[in-house]
Amino acid sequence: MSLMSWIDERFPATKVWNEHLAQYYAPKNFDSWYFFGSLAMLVLVNQILTGVWLAMAYKPDANLAFASVEYIMRDMDYGWLIRYMHSTGASAFFIVVYLHMFRGLMYGSYRKPRELLWIIGLVIYLAMMATAFFGYLLPWGQMSYWGAQVIVNLFSAVPFVGDDLSLWIRGDYVISDATLNRFFALHFLLPFILAALVFIHIVALHKVGSNNPDGIEIKKGPKGNRWSDTAPADGIPFHPYYSVKDIFGVGMFLIFFAAVIFFIPDMHGLFLEAPNFEPANPLKTPEHIAPVWYFTPFYAMLRAVPPMFNSQFPGVIVMFASILIMFFLPWLDRSPVKSIRYKGMLFKVALAVFAVTFIVLAYLGMQPSTPTKTMLARIFTGVYFAFFLLMPIYSKMDKTKPVPERVTE
Amino acid sequence: MSSEGVDLKKRRFLTTATAVVGAVGAGFVAVPFIKNWNPSERAKAAGAPEEADISALEPGGLLRVKWRGKVCWVVHRTEENLKDLPTLDSQLSDPNSEVPHQPDYCKNATRSIKPEYLVAIGICTHLGCSPTYRPDIAPADLGADWKGGFFCPCHGSRFDLAARVFKGSPAPTNLYIPPHKYLSDDVILIGVDQEGTA
Amino acid sequence: MKKLIVIIVLALLPLAGFANESVELESANIDLTDHAAIQRGAKYFTNYCMGCHSAKYVRYKLMENVGLSESMIKGNLIFDGSKVGGLMKIAMPEAYAAESFGAPAPDLTLEARRRGSDWVYTYLKSFYTDPSRPTGVNNKVFHNVGMPNILWELEGIKDPVYKYEVHEGAEKVAEFDSEAEANAMVKEKGEGFRVEKVVHGFSKRTDGKLSDEDFDQAVRDLTTYLTYISEPMQLERQHMGVWVLLFLVIFTVLAYLMKKEWWKDVH
Repeated sequence: MSLMSWIDERFPATKVWNEHLAQYYAPKNFDSWYFFGSLAMLVLVNQILTGVWLAMAYKPDANLAFASVEYIMRDMDYGWLIRYMHSTGASAFFIVVYLHMFRGLMYGSYRKPRELLWIIGLVIYLAMMATAFFGYLLPWGQMSYWGAQVIVNLFSAVPFVGDDLSLWIRGDYVISDATLNRFFALHFLLPFILAALVFIHIVALHKVGSNNPDGIEIKKGPKGNRWSDTAPADGIPFHPYYSVKDIFGVGMFLIFFAAVIFFIPDMHGLFLEAPNFEPANPLKTPEHIAPVWYFTPFYAMLRAVPPMFNSQFPGVIVMFASILIMFFLPWLDRSPVKSIRYKGMLFKVALAVFAVTFIVLAYLGMQPSTPTKTMLARIFTGVYFAFFLLMPIYSKMDKTKPVPERVTE
Repeated sequence: MSSEGVDLKKRRFLTTATAVVGAVGAGFVAVPFIKNWNPSERAKAAGAPEEADISALEPGGLLRVKWRGKVCWVVHRTEENLKDLPTLDSQLSDPNSEVPHQPDYCKNATRSIKPEYLVAIGICTHLGCSPTYRPDIAPADLGADWKGGFFCPCHGSRFDLAARVFKGSPAPTNLYIPPHKYLSDDVILIGVDQEGTA
Repeated sequence: MKKLIVIIVLALLPLAGFANESVELESANIDLTDHAAIQRGAKYFTNYCMGCHSAKYVRYKLMENVGLSESMIKGNLIFDGSKVGGLMKIAMPEAYAAESFGAPAPDLTLEARRRGSDWVYTYLKSFYTDPSRPTGVNNKVFHNVGMPNILWELEGIKDPVYKYEVHEGAEKVAEFDSEAEANAMVKEKGEGFRVEKVVHGFSKRTDGKLSDEDFDQAVRDLTTYLTYISEPMQLERQHMGVWVLLFLVIFTVLAYLMKKEWWKDVH
């Protein structure tokens, strides 16, 4: 006790503990969708830890990179395990974050007063995508190489400065040693920025308080519960109640995670793609190039747009717009209620269609394009944007149900 | 929201059990990360025992073999050399090889398995230079008493042909004798102890 | 809400496995626990493949894991004086290989992972004579491959048996044994139809040193070996996975019970 007070006089340990855990009151009605936030943090820690270990043997050199990965996989004790944890973790990160974002969509977690929280989250998502993109080049396999080639070439579609821009990103006329080296440096740096952004995300969350499946602001409700007279009646201390619940969630997640790592680390070519078992060869393009699955919805939208004025730029704009439009979500939703529980049929259908659209686009983005598939991609790109752009209309027209005063069990 | 029916004992048991199992799990997770730092197969292959073919090594000759990144000497000593060795004892810091810088089977007058062949690690025990082989008798620079040996050009340490250090050298101890064994009369395997002597 | 979850989970699961293979592959039907097969495969590999192909991320020493001793590895697998701990490199310079066969012979460490075991197995059995090729052979699975049929002494020589397919656009509409019949159909149908000559099967011209069954086994052994070296820790990984999952299930059950106990405060 005296040690604790010695520390507290110099560092607000107890204060932070109470404010953010023991006396941080979260709504008591979280469902399973609320696991994914803490799981995303767990995966981030996994990525940083395994990533640092891999960096101890990885060589960011075009002549050595591929061999150094095989060295890790074969010659180092448990190198294969650490590498599979990292490669599976990358996909797990996106799965968990996509589910986390979908939770936000369902329960209206982006609505006032959580607009900034949502935006910070999207910045995290962008940083994740950048990290994943840089990291994907590092194994220096055929898919790494040509995937990076295609994505970097997107920048050459920018009018006037495009060619110079892509040249500048690569530092060479093709993806080369220079590109690999800088991508490695950035891939190492970004996760720490990501960790800082996660910290900011949580600071913002604890300022406004968590939303919940009912979309009710517990802070506006009655006060007083068994732990405190001034705390929201529908709140419970995060610790121990949600810490123990999250530990259970971690256990569930790890079962799936370990199953993939130990039994299907390739995930049939989704997590580790077959062409990537062949070293990068600048003279030979694989038959079919596709980005990793978590980028494919956006890649599908890129390909869906036909070249205009002899330029691929419109497609690039559409692709970036598909991400940027998410930033406006807090102001596009005009429904009087937050949660899907009290929204009407229109919104429910729209959200379901959106989820399916995202998955179909992901699928189409992996496939070689055929006229039928391009047509489908165009339709679903339209649906994707319609979900956002028409939201002010359908969310207003929607017949909502009355929201109760208190959260439901 | 009632605390009725709360079994504190059960709660404490389950919390402890989960914490203990979780801690064990964390311990398991640490294992691959710790073991990952062990010498890899590449390092082990590079540090594997090294064969030295001495069939062509003439008396008075020296063969250099790299073992674990270090230079190893195999010297074929002449009858003369072997006769000279005991006469030097009084000038040496550790003539009887008391400092355990050699395998037990080489703690003898010639510091070797077979008297004529010396196997030693050619790195000075002073600051790690590699001494030069000076088999010539009484050269001008080393003096009239020089019966052949090793001279370290960095700081002037002197060793005899059993890799024993002379008194007054900056090097504090004799050179190291690596573990080794004879696969046949012509082949020495450096890096593995003789059978039954490890 | 439940429906949404189901939709997402179902949709995420089967996104897998859509290789567009035009040639039907035979099942390699290999068993990685069969150490003898891996050992025999290693011998075929070092004798027949390593003239041109390396496995430069693999150490000879790996075969100790499937029961070969150091001296057996040295005596049976190493022909170039490499060390047992050394990598399975080859001396052929890439430029020479490129000149002789049109492309440098690829390193085979990861070939079975790159293309799949079934592909390797079928490929090695799909060579047929083709006088138009510089090597005198072609391959049904890998059309116009630069590689000669290195195993011909064991297998014997095979001639192709063709079928004649009639295509309308991208679609196959009929299949004939004789070219004349196919041509007749195209003539009758008219524009948009064409004949495609495809290798349908093989006929043996001369027998090899091995019977058909023994040759199948040899190719299977080689495929087993290549699959093994493509991911040597595969079985260890699965074995470890069982224990990890078991542990995690215990942990998760405990965590669930703990959570339930604490949440009695809330409910």
